[in-house]
Amino acid sequence: MKEKVLYKRPVALSEKPFSYCPGCTHSTIHKLIAEIVDELGIREKTIGVAPVGCAVFAYDFWNFDVTEAAHGRAPVVATAIKRIMPEKVVFSYQGDGDLASIGMAEIIHTANRGENLTVIFINNTNYGMTGGQMAPTTLAKQVTTTSPLGRDVKTSGYPIRMSELLLPLQGVKYIERVKATDAISIIRTKKAIKKAFMNQITHVGFSFIEVLSNCPTNWKKDPVESNKWVDETMAEFFQIGKIKDIQ
Amino acid sequence: MNGNGTVFIKGNHAIVEAALDAGCRFYAGYPITPQNEIPEYMSKRMPEEKGVFIQAESELISINMVFGAATTGARAMTTSSSPGMSLMQEGISYMAGAELPGVLVNVMRGGPGLGNISPSQSDYYQAVKPGHGDFHMITLAPSNLQEMYDYTFDAFDLADKYRNPVMILTDGLLGQMMESMDMKHDRKPLYPDAKKEWALTGAVGRKGQRIVSLLMDPGVLEAHNIKLGKKWKTMIENERKYELFNVNEETQYLIVAFGSMARISKGAMKLMKDLKIGLFRPITVWPYPYEELKKAAAGVKKVFVFEMNQGQMLDDVKIGLEGSKPVEFFGRAGGGVPMPEELCDFINKNK
Repeated sequence: MKEKVLYKRPVALSEKPFSYCPGCTHSTIHKLIAEIVDELGIREKTIGVAPVGCAVFAYDFWNFDVTEAAHGRAPVVATAIKRIMPEKVVFSYQGDGDLASIGMAEIIHTANRGENLTVIFINNTNYGMTGGQMAPTTLAKQVTTTSPLGRDVKTSGYPIRMSELLLPLQGVKYIERVKATDAISIIRTKKAIKKAFMNQITHVGFSFIEVLSNCPTNWKKDPVESNKWVDETMAEFFQIGKIKDIQ
Repeated sequence: MNGNGTVFIKGNHAIVEAALDAGCRFYAGYPITPQNEIPEYMSKRMPEEKGVFIQAESELISINMVFGAATTGARAMTTSSSPGMSLMQEGISYMAGAELPGVLVNVMRGGPGLGNISPSQSDYYQAVKPGHGDFHMITLAPSNLQEMYDYTFDAFDLADKYRNPVMILTDGLLGQMMESMDMKHDRKPLYPDAKKEWALTGAVGRKGQRIVSLLMDPGVLEAHNIKLGKKWKTMIENERKYELFNVNEETQYLIVAFGSMARISKGAMKLMKDLKIGLFRPITVWPYPYEELKKAAAGVKKVFVFEMNQGQMLDDVKIGLEGSKPVEFFGRAGGGVPMPEELCDFINKNK
């Protein structure tokens, strides 16, 4: 009987095993990006910008060119790369502490300049790498290591919906919020990221994909419970769906 | 600007022309006085040279854009003045860690804090002891517009040679003044075809490569630091630059000054021809020409250190002299620029 290959590791994914916590969706999203890079045939012209945070090690897992950026600065590092080499496909991959806190100025202005690049925003409502501190996206009353009694909106403010915040900026062409908790939502996430890359290739402009992600370790939940929390609690505040799409 | 030859030009504009002549094709900058003529003039000139000009939204963004540009192998520059340079310290450290070349210009003003917008040498410490982590960068201190032009050009070559940021340390006096200088548009960069195999240009026919400064595996960062340490040592051995003016066997007093203050010191020396005064001017304030200073001071009675701050380079002079000579310091602070007569008075009272 002839062997038929149904699935194999994408060429754009390195052979190094993922080192993320068990059940963490970073691995899934990394793999989706590698699959998309393969499918679009752009491995040799893709440049990624890794954040500070858990995903700083993204460059270990992707087999295309990747640079690190200082905390929050990934969009402006990506901007310079894209401006110098407009023919490349350039994206930043950033967590919520990186993008929505220390990097707020960078993301807002990169979006507002309408840079023709892609931002993948991983929202798991906390600083994962440093041990689960409160992030700008932490939900009201959510317990973290720096909000042990739950986020008090009177002193810590309300969670920021980044996708909605970027919506009115005219330079932004495509925003979609997705999640990666089950097979269907993962397929939808892949579709959204692929569209964002295609937008760049066809010069549509700035695309922003927010992926609601889990953090089993810092949430102190097992992977199944953590995905359930994304589906039931997070997605209630951060509504899934297409937020902006201008072709 | 076309053609070689003598031009009458503003200091901040000379920096732009030098950068473009050196092949700089990416510039990001943020408004701050007294360096505004650089981004303004660059916004016109860079597109003419088919390069990228971006008005960044902060100095943090400027320096991190330069970081991004450098990852592609492009020659890139940003400029600022003292408070803006403080914000850039983050990015400078990341560039040194990731071994990325780039050129930074600090047109210094008075400080601390918002200070004022008058010429000052208040950032000597910040320039020669930059950022967090264990690193150095070559820092050139021009004292006339010809040097602003020549050393800005050189800075790009040095940055590429060592894969490290290089700083031009100048001030509002040199940035704002006009002076005649020779334009050398046909000068060729030292490494025009240097292959930057480390650059991120797309993984064509190869595996993906990366540019990082995070080295978490045990011992890896230490090994990287040691490798960088060898680089600093090579810079110290090869790149020290200085000027000796009127220094000979008969010199009795030695002035040590850099940048604008060296110009003013030369003015003072003209007024005191009866005294045998020489000038030692460090051009690289890092690496500092310690040995050359000690040699120049060998036969003198006393060393005078003049700065437009309250005594920052003074530390390096003392390190260089190793206690071999008495040292007198005179400085003007807060944007104060001395007249040559003030220096003469100080020398007369303290000689």
